[in-house]
Amino acid sequence: MYFENIRKGVESMAFLSYLINGMGLGSVYAIIALGYTMVYGIAKMLNFAHGDVIMIGAYTAFYCLTVFKFSTFTSILIAVLLCTVLGILIERFAYKPLRKASSLSVLITAIGVSYFLQNLAQILFGTNPKVFPELMRNSTFSLFDGQLTLSYKTLLTIIVCILIMILLTIFVNKTKTGKAMRACSQDKEAAQLMGINVDNTISITFALGSGLAAIAAVLLCMTYSTFTPTLGSMPGIKAFTAAVFGGIGSIPGAFVGGLLLGIIETLTKAYLSTQLSDAIVFMVLIIVLLIRPTGLLGKKVHEKV
Amino acid sequence: MKKTIRKIFDKKHISRTISYLVVIAGFVIIQLLMNTIGIKSLFRSLLVPTCCYIVVALALNLVVGVSGELSLGHSGFMAVGAFTGIIISGLLEPYLAINWLRLLIAMFVGGIMAGIVGLFISVPVLKLQGDYLAIVTLAFCQIIKSLLNNVYLGVDINGLHFSFVENRISLAQGGRMLLSGPMGAIAITRLATFTAGFLLILFTLLIIYNLTYSRFGRSIMAARDNRIAAESVGIHIRNTKMLAFVISAILAGMAGALFGLNYSTLQPAKFDFNLSILILVYVVLGGLGNMTGTIISTMILYALPELLRGLQDYRMLIYSIILILIMLVTNNQTLKEKTENLITKIKSRFLKKGSVAHD
Repeated sequence: MYFENIRKGVESMAFLSYLINGMGLGSVYAIIALGYTMVYGIAKMLNFAHGDVIMIGAYTAFYCLTVFKFSTFTSILIAVLLCTVLGILIERFAYKPLRKASSLSVLITAIGVSYFLQNLAQILFGTNPKVFPELMRNSTFSLFDGQLTLSYKTLLTIIVCILIMILLTIFVNKTKTGKAMRACSQDKEAAQLMGINVDNTISITFALGSGLAAIAAVLLCMTYSTFTPTLGSMPGIKAFTAAVFGGIGSIPGAFVGGLLLGIIETLTKAYLSTQLSDAIVFMVLIIVLLIRPTGLLGKKVHEKV
Repeated sequence: MKKTIRKIFDKKHISRTISYLVVIAGFVIIQLLMNTIGIKSLFRSLLVPTCCYIVVALALNLVVGVSGELSLGHSGFMAVGAFTGIIISGLLEPYLAINWLRLLIAMFVGGIMAGIVGLFISVPVLKLQGDYLAIVTLAFCQIIKSLLNNVYLGVDINGLHFSFVENRISLAQGGRMLLSGPMGAIAITRLATFTAGFLLILFTLLIIYNLTYSRFGRSIMAARDNRIAAESVGIHIRNTKMLAFVISAILAGMAGALFGLNYSTLQPAKFDFNLSILILVYVVLGGLGNMTGTIISTMILYALPELLRGLQDYRMLIYSIILILIMLVTNNQTLKEKTENLITKIKSRFLKKGSVAHD
């Protein structure tokens, strides 16, 4: 009986540690998903280049840290600024001329931008994997008499994600720019009639999403430690899935979707199968969409005749 | 006879005739070149994949252009077709010596399998709309890829041996592996020929044109243009869309089988999300619903990175820039108006002598 209790205790501790690690991974997905969901909410487009903005952020932070020997904070700040500028430039030169074009043309352009950034990175930085410098000493701490071991990295990722979510919610709901963003996402023409500069608002959205991508890049590199020019593609698809999972266009939806996706992925890897985890994650997505066709927190739009 | 000829050159069917002519002309020219001057082996190796991509692009155009649903899962159907085809041809090899018949059976079964998967997928998929549909097809494509990455299949005198997740197959003597997880299929007998590819394109065109010019085609286009209006005149939207989706999956599966039998080794990783995107690019640049355009754009865009091979590292960079520029130019409003003006000017100049005057 006593041993049975201990076994159960160890099992539940293992489950708890998987859960928290899953939340760490999910937090990264959530931050990336925010970029997808905000852009979708306003510009009604799938920004396929978002994953590659993450990659550019990772390389910027890497070179700032290793070559220029900046401090961690300055490096992250530079990466965020550069990605913000990149996001605005991409929007200005590739997407803005297509504002009235069909959504498929915009999609193809986004794919073109994604290819462009990936190949540019391959030429500039080479295809060999780079090792991201250790930002935090890989210290762990134990809880419950050493039964539960967690790393500070995971905790930091979760805290950063929650902080971003709170700040972003305040920004969107309380500030004038946030109000403009919400107005644009509902009805662009009406917003323009109310004196909102729609072009600027869309640029701000892209800037915000891309800035967040840089933060996600640093968090991603802290977890995986090596990276290549294709760093952004798989987390990009996963985060995009997370955004759809939670209901695309909804900011809390991205948070919930990202966290759930991360947890499901980690738990299936731990308990079912490592190789099939991707298949299971996507299967869950399909089941969720069948029950709730607009995602977990998405709004249902009724069609008018 | 006269009626048939008139039907071929009928204004209504002229785009169909042009499609067939483009394909036949392309085939004849390449055959002539092969038999007279001879072509580079690099170019020769591109012929069958080009045919396969054309067929998949045409099939995707049936879904995206004619039916109006965005699908990112066609590489998944290709993968199903390819690996089914490889298994079938591998199994038949000791019993059937005629290569073309084996290829035909492999393509047929591959198409049927892809069609079954497509039917299975279309039930949940067509409940959704727009971008949600795109992401679900993308998810299916990823699921198929990761399942294929974990399938181990071997054959020996005792029959088929199948294992999932881990390689636990012990084969009797003389047995061989057909599929081995992430390594995919190894030592495939290469059956695919350019003629088979050409015939498959003709077959695809035949099916797609007969569908779109039929009652089914009109109802599916009505469903695309206005769902509610189409529903109110009694079109069963889900069934029509499902039929288009399944036919598209079958064609993609057949092309996949041909594609798979063109290589001596094939990994499931080849059929990833990027391949779906690549085919979608062909379809969009060729024009939605425009089959001739799809054929031409596939030929040009597939050959483009190969032609740019001399530029080595920069070729994909240039390719992406060309892609963005094409999208920007074709969607430029002022440029569109200018070209339209130019066309009307030319038309009016030519028509001045004729009976119809342009206003």
